[in-house]
Amino acid sequence: MGRPGLGELDQDRRGAFGEMRRAVLIAVPYAWLFALFLIPFAVVFKISLSDIALAIPPYTPTAKDGIWNMLSQLDFENFIFLTEDDLYWKAYVSSLQIALISMLLTLLVGYPMAYAMARAPEQWRPTLLMLVILPFWTSFLIRVYAWVGILSGEGFLNQFLLWIGIIDAPLTILNTNTAVYIGIVYTYLPFMILPIYSALDRLDGSLIEAAEDLGCSRIKAFWLVTIPLSRNGIIAGCFLVFIPALGEFVIPSLLGGSGTLMIGKVLFEEFFSNRDWPVASAVAVILLLILIIPIVLFQRNEQKQVEAEG
Amino acid sequence: MAETVFAPWDDPNEKPLIRFRNVTKRFGDFIAIDDLTLDIFEREFFALLGPSGCGKTTMMRMLAGFENLTDGSIELAGQDIAGVPANKRAVNMMFQSYALFPHLSVWDNIAFGLRRESNDKAAIAARVEEMLKLTRLEKFARRKPHQISGGQRQRVALARSLAKAPKLLLLDEPLGALDAKLREATQFELMDIQEKTGTTFVIVTHDQEEAMTVASRVAVMDEGRVMQVATPERIYEAPNSVYVADFIGDVNILRGQAKPIENETYEVNWAAQQTPVVAASTRPFSDGQACHLAIRPEKVAIHRDKPEADNAVQGKVLDIAYLGNLSTYHVELPTGDIIKAQVANTRRISRRDFTWEDPVWVSWTKTAGVLLAK
Repeated sequence: MGRPGLGELDQDRRGAFGEMRRAVLIAVPYAWLFALFLIPFAVVFKISLSDIALAIPPYTPTAKDGIWNMLSQLDFENFIFLTEDDLYWKAYVSSLQIALISMLLTLLVGYPMAYAMARAPEQWRPTLLMLVILPFWTSFLIRVYAWVGILSGEGFLNQFLLWIGIIDAPLTILNTNTAVYIGIVYTYLPFMILPIYSALDRLDGSLIEAAEDLGCSRIKAFWLVTIPLSRNGIIAGCFLVFIPALGEFVIPSLLGGSGTLMIGKVLFEEFFSNRDWPVASAVAVILLLILIIPIVLFQRNEQKQVEAEG
Repeated sequence: MAETVFAPWDDPNEKPLIRFRNVTKRFGDFIAIDDLTLDIFEREFFALLGPSGCGKTTMMRMLAGFENLTDGSIELAGQDIAGVPANKRAVNMMFQSYALFPHLSVWDNIAFGLRRESNDKAAIAARVEEMLKLTRLEKFARRKPHQISGGQRQRVALARSLAKAPKLLLLDEPLGALDAKLREATQFELMDIQEKTGTTFVIVTHDQEEAMTVASRVAVMDEGRVMQVATPERIYEAPNSVYVADFIGDVNILRGQAKPIENETYEVNWAAQQTPVVAASTRPFSDGQACHLAIRPEKVAIHRDKPEADNAVQGKVLDIAYLGNLSTYHVELPTGDIIKAQVANTRRISRRDFTWEDPVWVSWTKTAGVLLAK
């Protein structure tokens, strides 16, 4: 045994270097999270504790008043205000309701589509997958506007239904909650289909045969094997639809009517119509708190899935 | 002490459990099963043996109800099962991949089939416990399939498919995923369980050793046809074709022309400058008919000097395959043919009699080989 070989030295150096590289790699996402989420959130949270003012920016106090002075003037007045006016909690409840119903509708539409895709011949699947993703190539705003053209009184849908004679007078769909549901289901359908498809795609076909062999009918095998084994895909898809739908603004404001109450719309009006930034920020902070619950649940589900597969 | 030998196939009064009658299965242009007729009897451990693509898995899937026949009929206990869907057949299958339900515990996997036909919780629990005991899985009842080993998973799959006490159990390459040692132990366990439960087993395998070990009868298949159905001994000792002889174990084949010399004895002219070899055969051959003489290597002896034997041919040692317990000598004849002779290594290797390039004699008796037409 002589002096340590070059290889060993190299390995030592690589070890120390590797440690540092790992630390840097881990630090990068945290840095992004800090810069893009935590700092903006801190700013919003600070504004939610301020008072409305006729100034630029339209609230007081600001950092110009000195840090200590500013901090001492902050209070929870705006949050208390949110509980006093029933518009806000009604908007939250209505948003939750709309998000929940559209999530279930999306699941109802998306599951059969994902199932059909997973059962399609192997060579078709990439094309079908493409078709699901294709709408993303067009601006979201344009696609929602297109629905205005489809659903309005003189829109394509009404004209078509009148033409084939199912209805005598145009249906009022646009500017109702129905239009909002249609818009949300349409927009978020790919987010439901993709995780369910990926779960069904991995499903071993012999499991279904085994279930039939043991006495299940086709339908029973679907309930007892296919559904439970795509559970993780269903849960992921539901969260991916529910979370953005809850704070949705564009769809209710373009397709919904005056009766459609959603927190995203309220938020927009507080900011741009009332120019009440502090109350708007308070609305946003509460929305975030409401969203944290499903997000945490979603992450727990993902983690469990990873553990089950590991 | 005359113990009756289990051989229902020799009893003309015995009714077969399964009857394949002129079964044909086509996938588009491809003929997977070609006009196949076959009987399988109750309590048999029947092996379908063949290379991949020979149609053995298709036959099993037709029995299970996952494939329809193109032509012919299959009877199970006297009843045509063509129209009976998989979930209504008294047939269960153990899948090659085991197909255990990953979201259910071992206990629930075994109970799965029982729950489909009964709501009697106590009876189901009793049956599941019985199955767990039979397959020695009591300790793992609450685990999920991914928390147990491959061998245990194999036993869960077996317990699950046996739980409903099927008339017929199909096993698709049941030991394929196990390592060699475990496979050997499991083969005996399978035979044991088959005997205890009295279920008819049909096993699909490409492993001839496995088929020979477990089966009461073996069907050797090739390209959708059954080449021979017989007990393992007969398949090995009396193959009916060169294909079967070659597929099962190791064999020397000498091609030549037969010439009857006396009752059930023939001379085989296998090479121009060589003395013809003598072989006994109950299968008749006409004078000059082309034939193949198949001789198992362990029935060929090797000597330094010319032995007193029915057949003796001189050659030289070309190669020696040392297998530990046995050695196989590859002896090259002057004609270029190679004869393999297998010898048990009863002495230490340093005391070996022959080595490479040694001139030797190989010999065999006239009844050692099988004379085959094709």
